[in-house]
Amino acid sequence: MIIATLAFYLFAIVAVISALNVILQRNPVHSVLWLILTFFNAAGLFVLLGAEFVAMILVVVYVGAVAVLFLFVVMMLDINITLIREGFLKYFWAGAIIGIVLLVELAVVFGGWAMSPEAESLRIAPAPAPDALSNTEALGTLLYTHYAYLFQAAGLVLLVAMVGAIVLTLRRRPNVRKQKIANQVNRSVADTLEVVKVETGKGVS
Amino acid sequence: MAEFVDGYLLPGLWIVGKILLFAVPIMIGMAYLTYAERRIIGAMQMRKGPNVVGPFGLLQPFADAIKLMFKETVVPTGSSPVVFFLAPMITFTLALLAWAVIPVDSGWVISNLNVGVLYLFAISSLGVYGIVMAGWASNSRYAFLGAMRSAAQMVSYEVSIGLVMISVLLTAGSLNLTELVEAQKGLWYFLPHFPMFILFFISVLAETNRHPFDLPEAESELVAGFMTEYSSMSFALFFLGEYMNMIMMSGMVSILFLGGWLGPQDMLPGLSVLTPVLAWVPGIVWFVLKICFCLFVFIWVRATFPRYRYDQLMRLGWKVFLPFSLIWLVLTAGFLVYFDKLPQ
Repeated sequence: MIIATLAFYLFAIVAVISALNVILQRNPVHSVLWLILTFFNAAGLFVLLGAEFVAMILVVVYVGAVAVLFLFVVMMLDINITLIREGFLKYFWAGAIIGIVLLVELAVVFGGWAMSPEAESLRIAPAPAPDALSNTEALGTLLYTHYAYLFQAAGLVLLVAMVGAIVLTLRRRPNVRKQKIANQVNRSVADTLEVVKVETGKGVS
Repeated sequence: MAEFVDGYLLPGLWIVGKILLFAVPIMIGMAYLTYAERRIIGAMQMRKGPNVVGPFGLLQPFADAIKLMFKETVVPTGSSPVVFFLAPMITFTLALLAWAVIPVDSGWVISNLNVGVLYLFAISSLGVYGIVMAGWASNSRYAFLGAMRSAAQMVSYEVSIGLVMISVLLTAGSLNLTELVEAQKGLWYFLPHFPMFILFFISVLAETNRHPFDLPEAESELVAGFMTEYSSMSFALFFLGEYMNMIMMSGMVSILFLGGWLGPQDMLPGLSVLTPVLAWVPGIVWFVLKICFCLFVFIWVRATFPRYRYDQLMRLGWKVFLPFSLIWLVLTAGFLVYFDKLPQ
């Protein structure tokens, strides 16, 4: 038990420190690296909760894929830090006001949060007791059996977003030479080679 | 006090001992893998390879290690020193970290994790950070280009690796690596999943940045890619990390497709004369033999195939491997449901 408590405080403290560093670093690449450390510690906290499946998926999806793309983009930006700081005071007040408004809104929403009994009864209780099943099975039954249609709908929304992104960024460039694998495979010897008997002194035209 | 000793100290020491039992043979194996690669490629190209230091050149890896340790460590100007030295350490650590869940015999594993396959996938997908950080921190164009190539390449091939893993998991019905191996008793998965076995192995070549997909360090275009600015031990850590990754990935291939520590006696009922002999061989020997086989193929491929062009590499990953593994996943699921063979 002591080990688990110590591990919790370790993960929690490192997570908070690295999350702070994400916004305090001047260099955006360092920010992304701190963000990755934050993800890691969140995964550690999930393991302590007994949700090892979610922890692993967090590492695979966020650290292994999303953060790589962040890093990819941020590294290629040529960010001039002095230029960014130039307009800092000018926009500071606008930013602060927006922040305060958002904070008040959040406080109002969460202060008045109440669940109607109808909505509460609609929620499916985790059908078999979570202790009897492994993590993966429990999540699987919930997602693919109880909420299968919602899951499919979420997938469709993501598909639309993906198609949209591709349509927005794809541009056809004319006059670009590309390798056409089908043409290469379909080529036969007769199309490309010709065996000629050359008479001496005549040559081939 | 007695509670502390029995509850924390002894289990802690036992875990450290187990880690050493895994790490030391892996390090030695890695050192001799570099030697084996040079000798095998030498033999394939009708040369001798390293044969001077010690009998048959067997001390060559140690000579190389000593040479690298005595070199000067150069830090390029304008680099980001912390990230620059963190990168090789991450590569090396990640290659060792994966062994925490790999079972070398029934019950011989440091942590018998319930989501072992996911853990392996997570660790192998982190390998890209070492390379990307090295490329960025070096503040050099060659290194940066190599890192960019590597990031795109590894992210692309991870997708097909993940899908192939899902097909295998569906057949076994477990994310636990020990149960996955036990499920292969009688039929190793490389037979029913043969196309995926080949596809997985090729993806592994791309994931470890080995030939013919070694574009991140293509020496004819990028000097040495992301390692250009590294010297001395920081270079050695990258170099050794690559070889440890090869061993780790070979272990993954043997567990997912070649039946881990299982001997061939269950697969070959015709050889009943040999069964007692084969069953007598301990499981770890089979496992090491399978890893050696995979490593030999790694080296064999390097000596045989020319390097892929970058657009061909991307085309292969996204337009060939991804659709094929997706279709195979649907086929596997359909087959298992139709014939009512889903594992419980």
